[in-house]
Amino acid sequence: MRLIKQQVERDGSGTVTLYPEEPEDMWHAFNLIRVGDTLRASAVRRIVSESSTGSTSSTRVHMNLTITVDKVDFDSQAGQLHINGRISEENKYVKIGAHHTLDLELNRNFTVGKAEWDSVSLGVVREACDPAEKAEIGAVVLHEGLANVCLITEHMTVLRQRIDVSIPRKRTGSVTAFEKSMEKFYDTIYQSILRHLPISNLKVVLLASPGFLAESLQKYIFAEAVKTDNKTVMGAKPKFVTVHCSTGHVHALNEVLKSPAVIARLADTKYAKETKAMESFFKMMQTDEDRAWYGPKEVERAIEKGAVSTLLVSNSLFRSNNMQERRRYVRMVEDVKASGAGEVMILSSIHESGVRLDGLGGVAAILLFPLQDLDESDEEQDETEEGNEDNENL
Amino acid sequence: MSRHKIVRTMNLADELDDFDGEDDYYGEEDEGMSPADKARMADGLKRVREVIGSDVPSLTDEKIEETLWYYYFDVERSITYLLNQVGATEKKKQKKPVVPEPKAPTQKAAIKAKQAFDVPSPDDVVIAAQSQSKGISKSSKGEKAGSNTTASIQKGVEALKVGDTAEKPTLPKIPRNKIDVVAEYEKSKSKRKENANLVVIGHVDAGKSTLMGRLLYDSGVVDERTIQKYKQEAEKIGKSSFALAWVLDQTGEERARGVTIDIAVNAFETERGRFTILDAPGHRDFIPNMIAGAAQADFAVLVIDSSPGEFEAGFNVRGQTKEHALLVRSMGVQRIIVAVNKLDLMHWDQDRFDEIKQQMSQFLTTAGFQPKNVSFVPCSGLTGDNIVRKPADGLISWYSGPTLVEELETAKPVIKAIEKPLRMTIADVYRGGVINPVTISGRIEVGNVQVGDTIVAIPGDEKAIVKGIEVDNQTAEWAVAGNNVQLHLANIEMEHLKIGDVICQADNPLVPLKEFEAKILAFEGLTPMMIDIHRGRLNASGRITKLVATLDKGNGSVTKKKPRHIGPGSLAVVNIAVTGAPLPLEKGSKIVLRADGLTVAAGVVE
Ligand SMILES: Nc1nc2c(ncn2[C@@H]2O[C@H](COP(=O)(O)OP(=O)(O)OP(=O)(O)O)[C@@H](O)[C@H]2O)c(=O)[nH]1
Ligand SMILES: [Mg+2]
Repeated sequence: MRLIKQQVERDGSGTVTLYPEEPEDMWHAFNLIRVGDTLRASAVRRIVSESSTGSTSSTRVHMNLTITVDKVDFDSQAGQLHINGRISEENKYVKIGAHHTLDLELNRNFTVGKAEWDSVSLGVVREACDPAEKAEIGAVVLHEGLANVCLITEHMTVLRQRIDVSIPRKRTGSVTAFEKSMEKFYDTIYQSILRHLPISNLKVVLLASPGFLAESLQKYIFAEAVKTDNKTVMGAKPKFVTVHCSTGHVHALNEVLKSPAVIARLADTKYAKETKAMESFFKMMQTDEDRAWYGPKEVERAIEKGAVSTLLVSNSLFRSNNMQERRRYVRMVEDVKASGAGEVMILSSIHESGVRLDGLGGVAAILLFPLQDLDESDEEQDETEEGNEDNENL
Repeated sequence: MSRHKIVRTMNLADELDDFDGEDDYYGEEDEGMSPADKARMADGLKRVREVIGSDVPSLTDEKIEETLWYYYFDVERSITYLLNQVGATEKKKQKKPVVPEPKAPTQKAAIKAKQAFDVPSPDDVVIAAQSQSKGISKSSKGEKAGSNTTASIQKGVEALKVGDTAEKPTLPKIPRNKIDVVAEYEKSKSKRKENANLVVIGHVDAGKSTLMGRLLYDSGVVDERTIQKYKQEAEKIGKSSFALAWVLDQTGEERARGVTIDIAVNAFETERGRFTILDAPGHRDFIPNMIAGAAQADFAVLVIDSSPGEFEAGFNVRGQTKEHALLVRSMGVQRIIVAVNKLDLMHWDQDRFDEIKQQMSQFLTTAGFQPKNVSFVPCSGLTGDNIVRKPADGLISWYSGPTLVEELETAKPVIKAIEKPLRMTIADVYRGGVINPVTISGRIEVGNVQVGDTIVAIPGDEKAIVKGIEVDNQTAEWAVAGNNVQLHLANIEMEHLKIGDVICQADNPLVPLKEFEAKILAFEGLTPMMIDIHRGRLNASGRITKLVATLDKGNGSVTKKKPRHIGPGSLAVVNIAVTGAPLPLEKGSKIVLRADGLTVAAGVVE
């Protein structure tokens, strides 16, 4: 993403114009554009005009439209962002209040207007426009019959294909059906890798499984590459790394990303850091329960006491349409930063570590010193609190 | 949102693409017969022709092929039918056809008909014939059709009618719900030996497969020649000590690596009992497979390597001796036989045996086994001492108890609820041969099934008809809970059946769950977190969404509501959400939860 123009007033209101360059930028835009914001972007509208003779003709007209946002939809598979809203600036074709859906496009400017640009929103802009080197990796996690082919970018994990087939089990005296199916299973995965992973652009391709599947898959891949004389794959041989994990479900990526082999190669990436932070949190929960807390109320209290050493917040919380909610989390982030003692990590909710954090309600903290009973409160407040969390998670 | 959404929006068409033109997973839908079926068809046609020759003009190739398709390539039945039909046409005038005439019964159309439902498929014809014999007539769309092929099928149906009434039956009858299975079962009880399933568990390399290989060899299930062959082949790859294990470890990978990866199922019989052995893998990576085996077991044989340091390795916190024992117990197994194995390496040292026995007894008691249900047998799978045959004279002077097999004979199968609605988790789906293109296997958990029943595989909604049953590899008319069965199915394609699905009667299916509450025993610390949900072969991804309460282990009362963390060893109630499609679980289903390669909890769906 490129920052074209930023105009934010003292009171925090203003506009930011951005130029999206790659699919991932749609994800950043998704984290930026809220209900109630204004959005100006290019659009195509069908204009019906009536001629003097009474015949009608319809033409497609390119124009810039400004809408007040009603709804934001992100399709991570396709990398598309659809924004519904009502026209807020009239032009000669459209009236104020008319409904329109803007689909943001790559390589076309868009301008977001907010009544309040808080530090987190500005942080999103900064991060989106950070020209740091991209470290994209491919990952296949598998167990017998199940494989998930994923693309992991700096900010998101995209499941490119899920392969789920029945493998006949070995039976006494007949293992051919089993072995044939396994062969075919590997082939399906190989074809999927070719189709869905941009191997030449990737930093590494992880093959992860329990047992020996990943190794066998790797063997299969290179045997096939040689057979079919696939230079891309053969040339990328050093990029392929096998890793051990316990299942083929997508969430096994948590295990994969924290394995020493991966850390050695990817330690400086954002997602490796996030994975590590979540890991530390769960470890702390096992070893020193009173120094690991999760849930908004609990973490808020820990912040008040100046006890937070690492604050983990999922960016799903900042996408809340409830202004009150949003402000609450922004304040938590700012308070920890202001204290000077704590580090803040805003996790991407579409990375596996973010999914894990969302499971805990989206916010968690590792404390400098143990605190007890942060969760104690009158039951009633508890109930309402919980209702909110549930909505958030589902 | 994120991942759940991603999973839901994944492109199914993309997946199907990858199997285009192949017969094992998909296919048959559009291009008619799969290549494999085409080959069978050609072969079948040749064999029918060999018998009936080519001088009967009415028996065209086309007709023979139709018949073969109808009988799923059963050459014998096809011939009987065809010959009968030739005979029947002569008497045609005497009987009035009453059965609807299906149109366009070419093979392709017949297959399509199954999907489209606008023309009766061969099975519909059978059903129609049955209802017809009960006086229910089915209206037909086929009446308008008037092609030659229609006429020929009409004759076929007529022949069926003839067979039904006067002459010897020529068509497979699929009687529906005719048998009172519960009553039949009670009657047959005294006559048959009860089958018991036993799962063989224990730490990796404890000698489980060798022990079972030995047992099968010494009890005559596996012959000398096979063992000799394994010995030679194993020697060739430098794994001669694994020859007996090869009886169970049959895949190339298993043999090359010398570890069991998946459950191997075998059966053997003694004078007093019949047993199905499920040889589980010990390696921690394959615990999902071990769970699949344990879920089918009545009792367990826990094999322990008694050699120096090995018992200890299996018994420590991360060893599988404890994990396996806890798993089988939490899945409902009450009886456990501990085979203290490899005692040949310990020169049959009584002190070692006693030491292991003492430590294991203590542990198994805390794991919830009653002392009366635990027994210990000293043995060596490699030498065969005290497995099937008594140990050589004086070898174990301090032991006068039963051999392993004698000990097995004291274990009784668990009583099952056979009158309840049918539930069976699919353990395997395969081609059961030429006659049975779709076969599933598994152990009936509750209820009963008989030939002719309409079943459904949950969470799917595809129905199928049971056209044949095998219990312990013997053809049967019905089967009940506790039986290991193969069900040959009609009216369903293989891709609609998945390992881990649950088979139910179509009129009494379970309702799959997307979210549920479970009462669990935590083995590790729990927070809201991602988990794998296991139930037998089923292995799905899910999430603990809420910690509802911890419970008192004594009386089950709530000790803390909404705990933020559940400590190891606690009893608790949690909410679980399934990541993908709903799972075939219901109240009372036993589940195991795993995360990061550890068994973190086991419990039941509330
Ligand atoms: N000396 C001796 N060696 C044994 C005995 N039983 C098994 N072994 C050896 O132990 C090794 C492992 O045997 P397996 O039968 O494959 O062990 P397992 O428990 O089935 O192993 P997994 O299925 O991989 O968990 C082989 O080399 C066997 O020869 C025994 O009673 N005595
Ligand atoms: Mg084994």
